Amino acid sequence: MAWDPATDAIVQRGFAACDCVLDLVGDRADALVTCGQGSNALTRFANSHIHQNMASDDDKVRLRVAVDGGRIAQATTTRVDPDGLRRLVEETIAAAWLCPPDPDYPGLAEPGAPVNVDHFDAATAAAHPEARADLVADFMQAGSDLEAAGYCSTDAETHVLCSTTGIRYASRTTMAQLDGIHRAATVDGPPADGFAQITSRRLGDLDGRLVGDQAAAKARGGIAPVELDPGCYEVVLEPKAVASLLLFPAWLGFNGKAFAEGTSFAHPGEAQLDERINLWDDGTDPRSLGRPYDAEGTPKRRVDLVTAGVTVGLAHDRRSAALAGVESTGSSIGQESFGGYPADLFLGAGDESLEQLIAGVERGLLVTDLWYNRVLDPKTQVVTGLTRNGLFLIERGEVAGPVQNLRYTQSVVGALAPGHVLGIGNDAQLVSNEGGIVHVPSLRLSSWSFTGGAQG
Amino acid sequence: MFDLATAAIEAALAAGARYADARIMIVRQESMSAKNRVVDGLSQAETAGIGVRALIGSSWGFQATPELTAAAARRAGERAAEVARASARVAGVPVELSPVPVIEASWANPHDVHPLDDVGIGERADLLVAVTGAIVDAGIPLAQASHQIWDTQKWFASSEGSRIDQRIVECGAVMDATAIGDGETQRRSYPGVRGQFGTRGWELVRELDLLGNAARIAEEARALLGAPQCPEATTTLILGSEQMALQLHESVGHAIELDRILGWEAAFAGTSWLDPSQLGSLRFGSDLMNITADATLPGALGSFGYDDEGVPAQAVDIVKDGVWVGVLSGRDSAPLVGLESGGMVRAESAARLPMVRMTNVGLLPGDSSLEEMIAATDDGIYMDTNRSWSIDDKRLNFQFGCEVAWEIKGGQLGRMLRNPTYTGIGPRFWASMDMVGGPEEWVFWGTANCGKGQPIQEGHTGHPSVPARFTNVRVGVR
Repeated sequence: MAWDPATDAIVQRGFAACDCVLDLVGDRADALVTCGQGSNALTRFANSHIHQNMASDDDKVRLRVAVDGGRIAQATTTRVDPDGLRRLVEETIAAAWLCPPDPDYPGLAEPGAPVNVDHFDAATAAAHPEARADLVADFMQAGSDLEAAGYCSTDAETHVLCSTTGIRYASRTTMAQLDGIHRAATVDGPPADGFAQITSRRLGDLDGRLVGDQAAAKARGGIAPVELDPGCYEVVLEPKAVASLLLFPAWLGFNGKAFAEGTSFAHPGEAQLDERINLWDDGTDPRSLGRPYDAEGTPKRRVDLVTAGVTVGLAHDRRSAALAGVESTGSSIGQESFGGYPADLFLGAGDESLEQLIAGVERGLLVTDLWYNRVLDPKTQVVTGLTRNGLFLIERGEVAGPVQNLRYTQSVVGALAPGHVLGIGNDAQLVSNEGGIVHVPSLRLSSWSFTGGAQG
Repeated sequence: MFDLATAAIEAALAAGARYADARIMIVRQESMSAKNRVVDGLSQAETAGIGVRALIGSSWGFQATPELTAAAARRAGERAAEVARASARVAGVPVELSPVPVIEASWANPHDVHPLDDVGIGERADLLVAVTGAIVDAGIPLAQASHQIWDTQKWFASSEGSRIDQRIVECGAVMDATAIGDGETQRRSYPGVRGQFGTRGWELVRELDLLGNAARIAEEARALLGAPQCPEATTTLILGSEQMALQLHESVGHAIELDRILGWEAAFAGTSWLDPSQLGSLRFGSDLMNITADATLPGALGSFGYDDEGVPAQAVDIVKDGVWVGVLSGRDSAPLVGLESGGMVRAESAARLPMVRMTNVGLLPGDSSLEEMIAATDDGIYMDTNRSWSIDDKRLNFQFGCEVAWEIKGGQLGRMLRNPTYTGIGPRFWASMDMVGGPEEWVFWGTANCGKGQPIQEGHTGHPSVPARFTNVRVGVR
């Protein structure tokens, strides 16, 4: 049965809080108010036992006001009683009047019609800590010769957004993750680590045994790694590594504000990437986990960023969109100084399995995970970082054995440039990166620059 | 507030906990940013809540709620015990808590000018508008500035009887100028890429003299566009104190966190190359390397009165004359290596679990100076202001980039160099340190955004630092 916000008590409590705030604001300001209610819980394990286990209830109201045509302030409170909300309103309006006017204030969004997506699972929202602990135990079943570390989390939020322009939206989301490593002991070196993860909106989709077995296989295969000389190698990047890399073009490249400021690599209309690459943002896709509207109340829709290698779009919030003379793409994260961000990023999948991608490589490296990735220059998209949790040499189309971790220094745009993408996997999945959750497959790339050994 | 905390603790004990503590936090926070004379971000927040820890057997549970009522506090205590009981389904080694005296105390950091109450928001905004304007007027297309302020009140209570309240006021600011060339950008920040923050009032921001430095960083950013690339070489490297703070944070501070050493962060932040069996004997660096973790330094960002387990702030030797002698620890980690808690466990809010965090991990001054280091260098490079940072998950192999460098020839600073980077292996790098700046160059750098843990938490850490010289360092890696 379809979710009906009108009969959802949590939604109605959220609307009541927002209405209280808007009543207090009256006609003194343009106002946009949100109320987020929910919980997050995370069961963390290391050395094959649960060592940290937390749960937290969330209840917060965020208010953004503009007075005098463009003096703007924003505030958040967890004190949602009438006194707390009154203080929120009065202090935020007072702060706005004391701020210099913003000549580029784009005004509030008008009511629209967000796609009715419901990324929610009641069982996940109500998950007991024992359910997470049992999944952790399943992950560890992979073998007593291994040490396990990672986490199992469940998050739920019911969100309401209202404005003085008449917007009244509600949404609800859940997310469950099991993410971990197995560590295989070695005779005279550090443990060999193997990683696996699964992300879904449903806790019931998480198969602890399956994920644990995948991580264990990587770990056991990583014992006695050989040292490889730095240099350029053909690579197959698994989804976790791909997700890490795509953070940089998403954050610093397809950001409409960065583009306007001249710090983005993007040149709309140009074939900057390989013709196999299709990138888009879509919070309305049933596979995504986001809300159907952004932080400014603009309905989300599919936003094509790269189509067949050609840069075709940028992510805008209302401010960068107004400056560019276009419509907001629904990409606000509630922070105008940041600009637009494609929060529900998809990289189009191919038709080859991971094994087929590997089979095409004469000599190269299979990369499970990239770590501590940092951009050296946003415009060239040169990034440095290290491999971890499973690095393997590929020879004549087969995994030949483990390799000691390496540092890389590589332009993401250069790695994806025309002619450089040799294959795309059919294994697209939800994966976390430092910017959120993306939906990406494995990639086979012709060249990746490794600049040093991780151990020196 | 202590009544609420006591209610939570009693509920956890009644539900089976053998130890419980509760921490109420009320935080007022402000972030403001400006770009090219326009304030483009003002965000204020007031967050309140109570977080309860319960220990059952060897298993911890934590529950937080934003609702500050007796009923909500009791419910949080009961649920913390429930979470702990679930943890026991996959239990670990026995947990022994490091002893701590029962403490009843209040603590507050001194400050001259309260940044929220004594300074008008208009004045705070005008400063950011003025400094970005000055950078733009100097011909730079992208000027940014920001400040952040925190006013934190905490009430801590434990089932052992401690009752501690603290008020910590912190603030700081940063500005940067970005010159945009054909195919690349160059940025100069002041006072550092992460700004300067401390447990001080607005007087800290005024002392930075942002306006007085705006034209200089604008000129340096523009000059960088035309400067030659930092060459690839193995050479003598002098680091300014801001970059040294980053070096300390990444290659010492995280490596000495006992939770990492014990493997508790293995799946995310990583582990450490350090082996506890070598504590007291391992050579970490040269004889000139003396590192402390000192949470008692007035004004430094990692200072406080008591940590979030009720342990008094301490000054702990970490590296003495080049030998590794100390770690960052808490009540449940320290006994595992035969130590007592160093009082270094903190959480970013009531809603998050306290964990081992850096306090003020800093390099003690030596007897040299930046001027003397340059004069004593025949051929080398001087770098400062962090631009990029990447380090492996054992905190051993690092590659750091700086905003700016100058070549050194014959004891003199020469040409400016762009895109400087250097790379190394922690103990080898520190072993090559042969000159250390003196007390007059000691700066208490503060980093307000150290990420660690899951869910990730931002920690406030301090890094007292001086310039230092290193030999045989690989630079110019691309």
